[in-house]
Amino acid sequence: MQALIVDDSRAMRRILRKMIEPLGLQIAEAENGIEGLQRLSEHPKTELVFVDWNMPVMNGIDFVKALRANPLNIQTRVLMVTSENTLAAIMLALKAGVDEFVMKPFTSDILLEKLRMIGVSLPPVE
Amino acid sequence: MPLERQEFEYIRNFLQKRSAIVLDEEKQYLVESRLLPLARREGYSGIGELVTKMQTTAVNGLHQKVVEAMTTHETSFYRDARPFDALRRAVFPELIAARSATRKLRIWCAACSSGQEPYSVAMLIRENFPQLQSWDVTILATDLSMQILEKAREAVFSQLDVNRGLPAPYILKYFDRQGMNWKLKDDIRKLVEFRPMNLIEPWPTMAPFDVVMLRNVLIYFDVDTKKNILKNVHRLLHPSSYFFLGGAESTRNLDDKFARVELEQSSVYRLC
Repeated sequence: MQALIVDDSRAMRRILRKMIEPLGLQIAEAENGIEGLQRLSEHPKTELVFVDWNMPVMNGIDFVKALRANPLNIQTRVLMVTSENTLAAIMLALKAGVDEFVMKPFTSDILLEKLRMIGVSLPPVE
Repeated sequence: MPLERQEFEYIRNFLQKRSAIVLDEEKQYLVESRLLPLARREGYSGIGELVTKMQTTAVNGLHQKVVEAMTTHETSFYRDARPFDALRRAVFPELIAARSATRKLRIWCAACSSGQEPYSVAMLIRENFPQLQSWDVTILATDLSMQILEKAREAVFSQLDVNRGLPAPYILKYFDRQGMNWKLKDDIRKLVEFRPMNLIEPWPTMAPFDVVMLRNVLIYFDVDTKKNILKNVHRLLHPSSYFFLGGAESTRNLDDKFARVELEQSSVYRLC
């Protein structure tokens, strides 16, 4: 499965990569929303996207709106991983088209559980 | 200061007698990590002094605090997910059809810890079975620890608790921000009744339940205690009731009155 991590923090991209690599995903990275859209056009079969909210150039919400505006991405599962943690933020993200919302800080089991929730097949969680 | 052998043995015997918790030889580290903070909070220099106090006084609040500190409180919303898939897809639809005359449902979450399991059931019902709003639905949640029950009743959860296992739309619908934490809304909170109960003491009189969840509890007990608990459980079930154990638990070789049913790869049982 092709995945994409969009986050301006290199440390956070590394943490996410480490958590999801054992799932056998092919992972591309981008530092902001514009770069994220470029990666999507380079990897049109991307099925799973992890996206931060606050990034320079194009933020995560605008990126998700642009992603959803393209009918090719209708099936793409999008997980927002962010330090935003208000009800208003969750509502805005869901409205923009994210499938799930992970608040920082988080652990790998939280992330894997969220993936299971949005229908990404994983080894059984016990 | 490391735990002395005789102190560990005392705690081990005390826990086995008082709460039937079996601690293996190599669990010394667990006693140290759980009881040192308690000892300090209570004003003792270390676990040694705490044990001496326990040995030289009649059973009192301190003994209860030790039991509570040693009881595992690991839980999360929709823990292990599959039992909740089973409730949503099979168990509740079947029970709703079977109980349509009485319009009553009774659910018991035993050893409920800080309440995530019974609240998960309450949200699942609210979300998927709106017709039950006009039914008489009881969700009873019990635990040994008064302290943890108090926390469960308050229904205030940390961000990490809410992040773990809860779908984002549920956070939106059922929680309010309270400082750094998240408070479950009253309409869900009020669906759950919390009561103290020690599974190894004589059980109070209770009417039968349609669903009993006793997940990841039996693993802590010795064989005789497991058998006693299972005997008590089957007295509280109808033939059409469902009984959930934890993923690693089974009634095999303990009680032959239960039959496993295949539901979402969960440990679900019914009376034979």
